[in-house]
Amino acid sequence: MSSIGTGYDLSVTTYSPDGRLFQIEYAAKAVDNSGTVIGIKCKDGIVMGVEKLIASKMLLAGSNRRIHSVHRHSGMAVAGLAADGRQIVTRAKSEATNYERIYGEPIPVKELADRVASYVHLCTLYWWLRPFGCGVLVGGYDRDGPQLYMVEPSGISYRYFGAALGKGRQAAKTEIEKLKLSELTCRQGVIEVAKIIYGIHDEAKDKAFELEMSWVCEESDRQHQKVPDDLLEQAKEAAKAALEEMDAD
Amino acid sequence: MGSRFNPYDNNGGTCVAIAGVDYCVVAADTRMSTGYSILTRDYSKICQLADKSVLASSGFQADVKALQKNLSAKHLIYQHQHNKQMSCPAMAQLLSNTLYYKRFFPYYAFNVLGGLDSEGKGCVFTYDAVGSYERVGYSTQGTGSTLIIPVLDNQLKSPSPLLLPAKDAVTPLSEGEAVDLVKDVFASATERDIYTGDQVEIVIINASGIKREYVQLRRD
Amino acid sequence: MAHDEDVAGSERTLYPYVTGTSVIGIKYKDGILMAADTGGSYGSTLRYKSVERMKVIGKHSLLGASGEISDFQEILRYLDELILYDNMWDDGNSLGPKEIHNYLNRVMYNRRNKFNPLWNSLVLGGVKNGNKYLGVVTMLGAHYEDNHVATGFGNHLAVPILRSEWKEGMSFEEAVKLLEKCLLVLLYRDRSSINKFQIAKITEEGATIYPAYSLKTFWGFSAFQNPGQFAEGTW
Repeated sequence: MSSIGTGYDLSVTTYSPDGRLFQIEYAAKAVDNSGTVIGIKCKDGIVMGVEKLIASKMLLAGSNRRIHSVHRHSGMAVAGLAADGRQIVTRAKSEATNYERIYGEPIPVKELADRVASYVHLCTLYWWLRPFGCGVLVGGYDRDGPQLYMVEPSGISYRYFGAALGKGRQAAKTEIEKLKLSELTCRQGVIEVAKIIYGIHDEAKDKAFELEMSWVCEESDRQHQKVPDDLLEQAKEAAKAALEEMDAD
Repeated sequence: MGSRFNPYDNNGGTCVAIAGVDYCVVAADTRMSTGYSILTRDYSKICQLADKSVLASSGFQADVKALQKNLSAKHLIYQHQHNKQMSCPAMAQLLSNTLYYKRFFPYYAFNVLGGLDSEGKGCVFTYDAVGSYERVGYSTQGTGSTLIIPVLDNQLKSPSPLLLPAKDAVTPLSEGEAVDLVKDVFASATERDIYTGDQVEIVIINASGIKREYVQLRRD
Repeated sequence: MAHDEDVAGSERTLYPYVTGTSVIGIKYKDGILMAADTGGSYGSTLRYKSVERMKVIGKHSLLGASGEISDFQEILRYLDELILYDNMWDDGNSLGPKEIHNYLNRVMYNRRNKFNPLWNSLVLGGVKNGNKYLGVVTMLGAHYEDNHVATGFGNHLAVPILRSEWKEGMSFEEAVKLLEKCLLVLLYRDRSSINKFQIAKITEEGATIYPAYSLKTFWGFSAFQNPGQFAEGTW
């Protein structure tokens, strides 16, 4: 970034001469440094997984969650600043309940993603606000089937078959592209996502991590839930086994 | 259609408290009624607010419960701030303030607060719904109070509050005699007051702690 | 009075529109049974005939309501949201009947404090961790627990039957029989009750609301034939 320090990077309300908003790009950097977050759309649902980096060995396992439910049928995985993520989740929850209060049916995933994106975007429009330092995956199930969206700090939101955020996103995306998503069930998807996250993680260089996973699919009764403990354990074992196999080669 | 919503009900019940030199007896029946119906025969009107103060209240159950929760919460804060239990006279003042705070939309609650003061002497405080209160040697409140108060007056012969120098209001009875008297007055009130009956819950506070006992009353 | 002025121009329930009649609830061996008819009265007109007045709340509770049907449905919306927000924690904890009963109590009492009551008597039953729970909340916020409860007319007609015939640890069949006995008396004597009943049960395993059915009636009692016969001076 050639223009760093030239005075155009302090405010979200001032463009640089070449038409960029540096504050938003810095916010995106905060996301890029985060633990990897992956979401895939399988044939029967959505699976989301997070490589939750553990800052201290004394942290209670399962705390500082990065995947949250937003409504019965949808959830959110956060990459970047976890605290900013919680702010977005809170907003998403209130949008979702508000929608149901008015229309008597659960919010469609597209509508939810749009509303969340608007909120995130709002924070890039005023000098007294700071863009969110996090990107989120929105996964859900509605009458149009399972859908996966990604919302970035700029407020942009796209729908994906597979998406990844954070440090290992490039490697993760190449791995996701190798999957036959249209044939994969969520049960298989959980294992694939676990393999990818374990595969990307560099045990020598990176901090320790905890694998956090959720799904919305037929098996979970179209409810967004944590992946059941036994399946998660199974996925971890499969991922570790795959790693050892690779090392052996 | 001109009738306005009435936010009150009277769920009935009778409370009695008697203070002795080193004890206090607080009692109330366990019937909860509305109109001519009994809602339940086993509803406690007695609430222990601190280790040495016990509140018995009758009137409108929802207000009574709200009042009890309010006082318990205030007492919890008091403990956090002062690292001790509130004394019974302090609780008495607090109850008065709490009731008066709702002077223009009162708690429909008739209270008798009993316990031991800081010298270990029995104390009874009696209230009206909007918070005026007085320390006495014995008292009764609620639907059966009109039947009970003359009996207590007769049996306990409280020294006149006009006497100078002021005399202690505590009753001369022993603890056992006081408990027996309570049982008698409840049995009698139950005969004539339809809102009193089922059971009487008796709480006895003395230096060794708090005891509870129950006596059956007429259920009709 | 402090709240007198603004009644005319503001929105609040001053009287109910569509109402449901009694709900009965009893404890039995495995949990709680509840019964109610499916009528919705508009004054003395029987306006609706298939109103569900008992609903499952979360994992461990069952709620039955008499009184204003629209207020009951509003309460159900509150509870749906409460349960949703509880579930979204996804932490394995869930609200039990005790908590729901307490929540309902706060809602009802708060609304009466605002002179804008929810016009219902609610029966809440549930089982959690082996503990059976059965309680009532009234429109003013008064609340209590008991082994058997009933709202409205049920308080006058069903409770006396329950007091003499209810026993600890009744079997499902015995309990249903007892409920049906109460319902039949209510059907005969409460003019706003109808012969279309639902029974609901909740146990540790979960809740079931059974489909509506009718009871066999017998109108040939001599008291029904000529009600005035044994009462001199009536017609």
